[in-house]
Amino acid sequence: MVPYAWLITAMPFIAFLIIIGVTYRRPLASALVAITCTAVSLMVSLSVLVAVIGGQTAELSLKWAEISSFKLELGVLVDPMSAVMFVVVSTITLLVQIYSIGYMHGDPGFSRFFSFLSLFAFSMLGLVSANNFLQIFMFWELVGLCSYLLIGFWYDQPGVALPPPAAGMRAFIVTRIGDVGFLIGILLLASAIPTLNFNEIFAAAEAGKLNTTLLTIAAVLIFTGAVGKSAQFPLHVWLPDAMEGPTPVSALIHAATMVAAGVYLVARTMAIFAAGPDSLLVVAYIGGFTAFLAASIGLVMTDFKRVIAYSTISQLGYMMMALGVSGAVTAGMFHLTTHAFFKALLFLAIGSVIHAAHSQEMRDLGGLGKDMKITSLTFLVGSLALAGIPPFSGFWSKDEIVHAAFASGKVGLGFLGLIVAFMTSFYIFRVYFATFWGERPAHQHGHHVHESPPTMTVPLIILAVLAVVVGWVGTPWANYFAAFLSPGEHHGGGVEGFTVMLMLVSTLIALAGILLAWAIYGRRHYDIEPLAEKSPGLYAFLSKKWFIENFYYGVIVPYGAVGLARLCAWFDRAIIDGLVNGIAGVVGGIGVSLRRFQTGYLQFYALIFFAVVVIAAVYLTLFTGLSAGI
Amino acid sequence: MPWLSLLLVLPVLGALIIFCTPREQDKTVKAVALLIGILETVISLGLYFSYDFHKAGLQFIEEYNWITTLNIKYFLGVDGLSLPMVVLTTFIFLCAVLASWGMSHRVKEYFFLIMIMETAVLGVFTSLDLFLFFLFWELELIPMYLLIGIWGSARREYAAMKFIIYTMTGSAFLLAGFLAMYFLAPERTFDITQLAKAGFAPGVQSLLFVLIFLGFAVKLPVFPFHTWLPDAHVEAPAPVSMILAGVLLKMGGYGLIRINVGLLPEGVKAYIPLLATLAIINVLYGAYVALGQKDLKTMIAMSSVSHMGFVLLPVAAMTPLALNGAVLEMFAHGTVSALLFFCVGLIYERAHTREIKALEGGLAACVPKIAVAFIIGGLASLGLPGMSQFIAEFLVFLGSFPVLRLPTVLGTTGIVFTAGYILWAIKRIFYGPLNPKWAHLKDMQHSYEYLPVVILVGLTVLIGFYPALITNWSDSSLLAMLR
Repeated sequence: MVPYAWLITAMPFIAFLIIIGVTYRRPLASALVAITCTAVSLMVSLSVLVAVIGGQTAELSLKWAEISSFKLELGVLVDPMSAVMFVVVSTITLLVQIYSIGYMHGDPGFSRFFSFLSLFAFSMLGLVSANNFLQIFMFWELVGLCSYLLIGFWYDQPGVALPPPAAGMRAFIVTRIGDVGFLIGILLLASAIPTLNFNEIFAAAEAGKLNTTLLTIAAVLIFTGAVGKSAQFPLHVWLPDAMEGPTPVSALIHAATMVAAGVYLVARTMAIFAAGPDSLLVVAYIGGFTAFLAASIGLVMTDFKRVIAYSTISQLGYMMMALGVSGAVTAGMFHLTTHAFFKALLFLAIGSVIHAAHSQEMRDLGGLGKDMKITSLTFLVGSLALAGIPPFSGFWSKDEIVHAAFASGKVGLGFLGLIVAFMTSFYIFRVYFATFWGERPAHQHGHHVHESPPTMTVPLIILAVLAVVVGWVGTPWANYFAAFLSPGEHHGGGVEGFTVMLMLVSTLIALAGILLAWAIYGRRHYDIEPLAEKSPGLYAFLSKKWFIENFYYGVIVPYGAVGLARLCAWFDRAIIDGLVNGIAGVVGGIGVSLRRFQTGYLQFYALIFFAVVVIAAVYLTLFTGLSAGI
Repeated sequence: MPWLSLLLVLPVLGALIIFCTPREQDKTVKAVALLIGILETVISLGLYFSYDFHKAGLQFIEEYNWITTLNIKYFLGVDGLSLPMVVLTTFIFLCAVLASWGMSHRVKEYFFLIMIMETAVLGVFTSLDLFLFFLFWELELIPMYLLIGIWGSARREYAAMKFIIYTMTGSAFLLAGFLAMYFLAPERTFDITQLAKAGFAPGVQSLLFVLIFLGFAVKLPVFPFHTWLPDAHVEAPAPVSMILAGVLLKMGGYGLIRINVGLLPEGVKAYIPLLATLAIINVLYGAYVALGQKDLKTMIAMSSVSHMGFVLLPVAAMTPLALNGAVLEMFAHGTVSALLFFCVGLIYERAHTREIKALEGGLAACVPKIAVAFIIGGLASLGLPGMSQFIAEFLVFLGSFPVLRLPTVLGTTGIVFTAGYILWAIKRIFYGPLNPKWAHLKDMQHSYEYLPVVILVGLTVLIGFYPALITNWSDSSLLAMLR
């Protein structure tokens, strides 16, 4: 099946074309087209994965253009890493699409929604399959476009916190700041070795043919791109705003596409990071700090969609930290995979709640467990996976990251990982208890909720099963995942006492977080947060998101961008153009003495000039003999 | 068959027929213009695909002595640098004719001038004799001047006057440069192919470079000579804006590559830091001024200034990769800016305002097709992959970075600001709840409104998906030129 791997990427694009060209006016047909094509992608992905497990790899390549002997190509790189991602992306896209039939039912933009979802899957799969920097950058940008279109999907709605198109625009522009860094990184590499092909560049880097400083700078620049897409500090601000999009989109963005792109990029180009090792420190510490920053904000958000958004940022921080501390791809990619399933599950579950209760504010919710049993139960599974309780999938991958941090000697990051683990289990169970336990708040009594339709609950159940079992391929006792992804590396060998101890400690920490959440939120409904009463200063700091957005949108955008732009516009009019008119005025003044020639008809001047040229040409043509003397 | 001459003569023929058509027969006038537009497009495509780019060099040459004593020749020919511009020109004029279909004021004169201008622009791109080149260069000014001055909006006379005085001042330098070249050449000639072999001393080249650069800099336009452009665009009717941004600016870029880079490479080398600086000012300052605009049309005009920086940067870098990017950027920007100006025209026709603030309010709900067309144009303009400007700018960066590191790095930041002003404008105008005062606006409905969008989007996507359609042509010619 490996030679047909290009089909994985092509199918969603075909779906996109069919939907916009043929089935646009028939919503259900559009959904069917999208789902069929994604299903084909998934089947091809699975068979490719089986083939790759069997030892096959391939690089398919197509010459796109050759300019001044610089080759631009489009390709499909089939190796363990891309094979895993193909399956993850197409599985989650498929489930999200099925779920969306129910969630988006009756929406006037139904077909548009499915066409965008297909385009999104195409972009992400194209990114994953890239065998060169130009291609990964192109699909990288397309992923950005799709998130812009989908976050701003409800373009005429006022939105929850801000209008959806504004959120989409912020996402595009903020991530594009990172893209500039990524682009410069590519240019730097291409100036050192005249190719954009991954394997050629990696081979040169590993063979030590390229300057270490150059590689370090290039790696950090590439990481800048990942900081944007994977919402790492300081470019994380777009992601919570992206919650203005329809919830299935959030699931897709947070699990399989968009944010996964950054982590995948760093993993894919690990050879460059490894050849310029200082860059790994940047990755590790930015990742660790982001994990903490986002978790701390997640503690106090009252909109449960936002809690989970910050949780994504925090988990992405874990992944980056894993890549940074280990200098290897396995731990980060493993967490990316497990996270994809449990995060998609969490989002789709809260989507089900929003669909039924029409609110995402926790103070409006409560007691939904009784009426929405499937949603409640599957959300619990997702929460346990996120919190890192064995044997749920998140436990194994998160534990591997913390273990890697300690093993690399960066003990500080190891402890940070444990602290964040505690915060994580607390905030997610805060959401769980506040939403599904207890009683409905008095002002919501009249509104009856009911479980969502099967198109929504079936994907939840499938994801819940996956959120449990996916982690089992990477336990410390038998890490098939690591062995598959990087067969050359040494994987632990045996399980030491430290590993077992760490597993115990992190389990206890996660349980403690759950217990605390239960003690505060499990027993009664709060209208005012306990933390806000006890420590208003800290609460304000956290709920204002460390004032980072205030700085960006309150200082940089109005003054650095719009204000400066208005100043430039004024400068252009008043000074530059004023100067031009001034000179014209002076010349005009001199011309006063020649006023006799001023007829008042502007055309006159132009005609005179042109006439002189034409007459001269005709004259010379006809009477060339007379001009012999010139 | 003298195909290039035919290309130049057909529009003049069309103009003559229009001239002889009775005043009240608007339909006939338009039909003639459309027919000529289609014929021109077909011929240019025929030339394009029968050009043998493996052989490179000039083809379809027509060379006749014209003014023998002065060694002035009627000398036409095209290569991979000029052919994309020729095709761009015929397409843009075709779209402009379609876009003018609703025109009702002095129709006969209007289309007469459009036809004359098409000949002039094609003449510039196909002339290989500097005298002939200059003649066509000047010939283009008159129709443009009149089109802005007669069919423009409120401040049309000011804008037209500014356009002509500014460009003619540039032309004076251009003429001085051409004459100097003529007299300094070992054998007095205006023949570009011979001047390329003239072997001017570096000092002479840098002097000639300045004169000729000034002429083209006004046209491109290069900061600080750009202020005629926003005025001209705002006042010009939409189809004229399409021509102005779509092809007239490219005459400046084409001239810079054909004459400054091709004939005076030592002159370019003497001014690399200055050129690179100006290019970056164009890109960043242009983008910032665009971001600060209140008028949608001025914003797009300034966006042209910004994007033309990506044509100037490769001139400074003088690497084949970057110059291929420049040719691609000219073609790409030609189609994309024409599309954007066309959309602005559609909006202006309906809402009678171009002010972003006044337009604010969910136009996507009442004119969804115009919204989609504008958004596609906007996304192309901000360099979205799959559309032509992305790969153009990527090549510009890729080719310029090894020789001009800092300027290229600064230039790349332009992509953020471009995204900023484009998306901000889209958000304010098209998104949000529908403003009741715009609820009555009608969407695109006539084929002459659809066709330009289809043609321009089609070209943008086609080149975006398969850039070799341009680079295969331009590459061999540029390599030959730089050798």
